[in-house]
Amino acid sequence: MITFILRRLIAAVFLLVVVSMVIFSIFFLLPKLGGQTNYGLATQYVGRNPTRAAVLQMEAALGLDKPVYQQYWDYLRAIVVGEHYGTGVTSVYCPPPCFGYSFRNQQPVWPMMVSSIPVTVSLAFGAAVLWLAGGIAIGVVSALKRGSIIDRLSMTIALAGVSLPIFFTGLVSLALFSYKWPIFPNVQFVPLTQNPALWARNLVLPWVTLAFLYAALYARLTRAGMLETMGEDYIRTARAKGLPERTVICKHGLRAALTPIVTIFGLDLGLLLGGAVLTEYTFSLHGLGLFTIEAVQNQDFPEVMGVVMLASFFIVIANLVVDVLYAVLDPRVRY
Amino acid sequence: MAPLLEVRDLRIHFPTDDGLVKSVDGVSFSLERGRTLGIVGESGSGKSVTSLGIMGLHHGKAQITGEIRLDGEELAHADQARVRELRGAKMAMIFQDPLSSLHPYYRVGDQIVEAYRIHHPQATRKQARQRAIDMLDRVGIPQPAVRAEDYPHQFSGGMRQRVMIAMALCNDPELLIADEPTTALDVTVQAQILDLISELQAEFGSAVIIITHDLGVVAELADDILVMYAGRLAEYGPGADIFGQPGHPYTWGLLASMPRLDRERQTRLVPIPGTPPSLIQVPPGCPFHPRCRYTALTGGRCQTEVPVLRAAVTRGHATACHLTAAQTARERAALSAGQVPAGAGEPDAREPVLPGGVET
Repeated sequence: MITFILRRLIAAVFLLVVVSMVIFSIFFLLPKLGGQTNYGLATQYVGRNPTRAAVLQMEAALGLDKPVYQQYWDYLRAIVVGEHYGTGVTSVYCPPPCFGYSFRNQQPVWPMMVSSIPVTVSLAFGAAVLWLAGGIAIGVVSALKRGSIIDRLSMTIALAGVSLPIFFTGLVSLALFSYKWPIFPNVQFVPLTQNPALWARNLVLPWVTLAFLYAALYARLTRAGMLETMGEDYIRTARAKGLPERTVICKHGLRAALTPIVTIFGLDLGLLLGGAVLTEYTFSLHGLGLFTIEAVQNQDFPEVMGVVMLASFFIVIANLVVDVLYAVLDPRVRY
Repeated sequence: MAPLLEVRDLRIHFPTDDGLVKSVDGVSFSLERGRTLGIVGESGSGKSVTSLGIMGLHHGKAQITGEIRLDGEELAHADQARVRELRGAKMAMIFQDPLSSLHPYYRVGDQIVEAYRIHHPQATRKQARQRAIDMLDRVGIPQPAVRAEDYPHQFSGGMRQRVMIAMALCNDPELLIADEPTTALDVTVQAQILDLISELQAEFGSAVIIITHDLGVVAELADDILVMYAGRLAEYGPGADIFGQPGHPYTWGLLASMPRLDRERQTRLVPIPGTPPSLIQVPPGCPFHPRCRYTALTGGRCQTEVPVLRAAVTRGHATACHLTAAQTARERAALSAGQVPAGAGEPDAREPVLPGGVET
């Protein structure tokens, strides 16, 4: 088991290195291959209406004249030991972990990114609890009462949940519960450490909105999984032992049906931690998703690179956790 | 003393969109303690449904009429909770495919412990665990204490079936139903498992029902044999009679399609022509008549009149066939002499249409 986890860890680190190479290539190698000059590339980091001198200075600060592998190495080294961009008075210091320096905001990328992580984490985990509880419960009931009114009704709602975009359900919920009936007025992020009650209250609408989409998905997955497992031979064996139906369903049926769902859940959560873009945008929550949108809109390349690295980090970690969890859940995978 | 299990006019029907599936249609038999009953038939003959019916394991949709008496207690219409109490305790079952019948995510020891504790709530975990290990040991699993910690996929097919048997017998059931217990196993392992079942039967004194499509399986084990066709009884009697003086053309067909070493190579295997009938539209008259070679001998009764089970020459042996005792004896003699059926030659060309038999 330990070697299994170690092997996966090494693979995860390797994967992250590959991801960083790809991201680096997209921003620094591909433009060059496409005919972009160092000067042109540097222009994009300087802001609007740059002077020639400013661009040349930026070119030097970014080290664009160095060979690409040297630039990549510098990029990696900066993450560990930090980096000084430029020389003399114009020099700026980016402390480790330095995921680039946003010249537009005149700030290193990492602290800006880190400050938006709690928002995204609060949003993702809260919604995850809701959608797991709701989705799985609805899925199990639907499967056991297949073809009944409950099943049809919940599957219709689930279809709506999967089909309706976040920016629709989110805006409707805001219009109804924040504006018309101000049960949750003034939705904005309050840190958990500052005021837990307000933190939870202000996140209820985003949680429900996000969870609605995923709960719908998970209800359908659970239903399909339960229908399949409840037809398995070992369920018949469990009944033949004389177990009460509740034990048969929960301990034997759900246990087997949940394994693939755990896998998907890990990946979904990892993806969400990289930023729930639509939800954060709809509710103006300054998480990683909104950070990404603003970075893209401002064409702030270091910020975009940083957030992509962070998001891929979350996904790789989620993958790792899922692999390990799967081995714990399904003994057939272990050895 | 009353028999342990008594089934009377059992009918199990399943309503489906295509019509009513009459999986079991009027089956009666009884079984004494310590004896073995073999239920034989092709796929879809209703043998598995019968056993699931006894265990109360059919779906909620099934319509059940008739009587199932276990030790005098009526089960067919009993409270579900009461049947659940008996299930696994007084009657237990093992299934065809031990790999899919054991839960892949739980250790085999824990699965046996679960079966034991549900019927012995006062037993401690430790006692239950000891019981599980004892049972694994009893069914011939080496190092039972170690193997109890393993998962089903770590066992071979034969060992898995031994685990199933250990699980079924851990509560000392009075009735053990084995549904095709050797079908999914290697031929070399089949005999071991059958030996184990009969050995344990002698030790535990339980009654055993063995369900199979393979007459060879029941030949040695079964005291009585019940041949089922299209949800009904075709023939019922002591094993010696079924093999020595079979009275139903379907049984003859089953025996002829069995591989045997004492016959010439060319004539060794004789398949029964046609396929089992749809259980939604069972042929009128005798359900076997579209595949039977002897229908010409009865003057049309086979096509119109449902044959009732009536006593054959020997005691306790009954056959549901319109042939007279004399005709049966003559045709059987002709068959065993290796002759072509004297009756009418080929069976009706009309084959049953509609969906095939329902296998559960």
